[in-house]
Amino acid sequence: MKKIIRVAALGGAVALALAACGSAPEESGETPTSGGTTAAGVDFTACMVSDEGGFDDASFNESGYAGLERAQEELGIEIKTAESTDPSQYTQNVDSMVQQGCNLIIGVGFALEDAIQEGAEANPDIEFALVDSAFSDEDFAPVEIDNAKPLLFNTQEAAYLAGYLAAGMSTTSAVATFGGQPFPSVTIFMDGFADGVAAYNEESGTSVRLLGWDKDAQNGSMIGNFSDTEAGRTTSEQFIADGADVILPVAGPVGSGALNAAAQSEGTMVIWVDSDGYLQPQNEQYKSLILTSVMKQIATSVFDTISASVDGEFSNEPYVGTLENGGVDIAPFHDFEDAVPTELATKLEELRQQIINGDLVIESPSANAVG
Amino acid sequence: MSTTQAPPEPAPAAPAPQPAGPPRRPYLQQVLDSTTATVVTAVFLALLLAAVLVVAADPASQRAAVYLFARPSDFVGAAWNAVFETYSALFRGAVFDYQAVGARRVRPITETMVASVPLMLAGLGLGIGFRSGLFNIGAQGQVLMGAAAGAWVGVALDLPIVLHPVLACVAAVLVGGLWAGIAGFLKARTGASEVIVTIMLNSVALYFVGYLLTTSVLRQPGSTRPISAPVADTAMMPQLLGPQFRLHLGFVVALLAAVAVWWLMERSTLGFRFRAVGANQDAARTAGIKVPTVYVLVMLVAGGLAGLGGAMQILGTDRTFQGSSAGSIGFDAITVALLGRSRPLGTVLAALLFGALRAGSPLMQTSAGTPIDLVLVIQAVIVLLIAAPPLVRELSLVHRLSALLGYDRKEATA
Repeated sequence: MKKIIRVAALGGAVALALAACGSAPEESGETPTSGGTTAAGVDFTACMVSDEGGFDDASFNESGYAGLERAQEELGIEIKTAESTDPSQYTQNVDSMVQQGCNLIIGVGFALEDAIQEGAEANPDIEFALVDSAFSDEDFAPVEIDNAKPLLFNTQEAAYLAGYLAAGMSTTSAVATFGGQPFPSVTIFMDGFADGVAAYNEESGTSVRLLGWDKDAQNGSMIGNFSDTEAGRTTSEQFIADGADVILPVAGPVGSGALNAAAQSEGTMVIWVDSDGYLQPQNEQYKSLILTSVMKQIATSVFDTISASVDGEFSNEPYVGTLENGGVDIAPFHDFEDAVPTELATKLEELRQQIINGDLVIESPSANAVG
Repeated sequence: MSTTQAPPEPAPAAPAPQPAGPPRRPYLQQVLDSTTATVVTAVFLALLLAAVLVVAADPASQRAAVYLFARPSDFVGAAWNAVFETYSALFRGAVFDYQAVGARRVRPITETMVASVPLMLAGLGLGIGFRSGLFNIGAQGQVLMGAAAGAWVGVALDLPIVLHPVLACVAAVLVGGLWAGIAGFLKARTGASEVIVTIMLNSVALYFVGYLLTTSVLRQPGSTRPISAPVADTAMMPQLLGPQFRLHLGFVVALLAAVAVWWLMERSTLGFRFRAVGANQDAARTAGIKVPTVYVLVMLVAGGLAGLGGAMQILGTDRTFQGSSAGSIGFDAITVALLGRSRPLGTVLAALLFGALRAGSPLMQTSAGTPIDLVLVIQAVIVLLIAAPPLVRELSLVHRLSALLGYDRKEATA
């Protein structure tokens, strides 16, 4: 036994030695530092605090982080990040960012509203931004803060188009949706989707059923988290058994459970959320099942906010992502390009124009009043 | 009360008989075998192991490792930098910030105290359960239910300044206690394993609270978010050191609770029954102790303390309640109780250690760029080592060197 260990240790040491035999770089004065070295050397630090999902949540935290990384690369700024494991850390993390001398602090998710608001009020010379929420005072009335910018999304506009498309594509006259948890940023997708389905029914005299969401009652299928892919699969299987053939999972990575279920059932399609699911590497195997995606350009909005702040043009005016400015949209149909009837595609384009012109307004109780 | 009991109960902490007979073990042997030595060594080893991970995750060290033999000083320098930055950030975030000015220099230590409050309370409750032979995994659910109850009283009722927090705490203790009491009752009545029941009750609590947050019971009016309204000013725990610190009266409450638990377990007849059941329930039953009643009582007390811990989180710092308000307090508290060897003093110290890790983690992330996962790794390694004292002795340099002075690791009591 001892012998084996000795041989293994020797082998390990040899492997290490071989791996470490590279030649040292020239002493060029550039000493490696543990922080990221800035490219252009702009003296600006943008900081980001995640909610409890963390930056690897394959959902909005990750999108926000992508925007931050892009800013680091393209603008040459310093970045700092802090992940929160539970709500009691939000205040601490924001406070810690303030102590670290950040110029702009971005909170991701409505859960950070209080922490960001508190930080913004206490530190008027630091700029703040908050993804997915506006600010409100003690009586829940919306307020504006001079140095804090909400980044909001009229997600219901894009979800409406997805709902219309889904109803038009369904051969079983039933479509379905489910969410992770009943957060406004989730149900706003489901509201728009429900309205889109209803609009299709009214237009074409059909009666496509929507499973999993009742817009009037604001109640529907929630799996209770944003991580249990297996629950997403069983929920989707249930919907498929009930006759649905287009499914919209609004639960970040759980969507892969819906893809899995759809793959087992001929003719079932999935609509992805947040980013174009067809292009995501982890969906490679099932990408031919993705009809379209309801996209929310969090990364772009974060990047634009940082960019404006670096140029000294920060404003507290809310950014609202709409179909008009491309902040929300539906993705190309990719593999379904030929399957979507021209008539339906034309109609979607018409609806998009109507929404952009303001002739058609999609309502949702979860939509933020501002903008 | 024990006059009627024929066999004297053995000391509960050491189930192994300790007759006066065997020769006194050498002093060195005793010191190094003590649980304190094990715990301190475990913490130290965990920090050491984490340092290795810090170096492994550090980009500068990775770059320098490639040419380790060509110029070792680069690697050593980079590694030292990474470890020093990480641990100095932990120290600055959790104990004393020597780079700050004014009151902010001492703020970190108060943050550690704040973070330790719920862990301390929940850990004390779990400790009582462990010493009574009940492995309660349900602190998470009890914390959450207590926090929900405390938040509800804090938001919905309109009461004067002293009465309000008191009533909110009482509600939290009751709800947390009753929640745990379900498991105690089921075990007493039907023999259902408290481990399984409490784990299941965690899920039930999570989804129940999640449901309440979508109804007008807890949800902030005029909003679609599953977050409660902030609790009234009258219900907040009083600040101990003024507004620039977050330290609140809950810390004192937690310390008092520790004293009360010590008195309960060491000085009261009820605590004696608890310990007797924990040491040997058959013997306890023979001695006339109503074991089922003890199960229920232990769970009530443990759940009450955990519920109070949850309320402290809301009334002391968070102000608003949401489904994730309990964080991982309930599970961290299990570690705290194990690390503290289920004793009140040990639990208080362990809670402070974990509070320090929590309070220090934001600065570790923002200042040193250390991922938050590393803090979790340190906690996990501490647990692993605590669970196996012989392993600690095997790994510990102090124990190995002491062998030269006649210390015998094989002789050591586990």
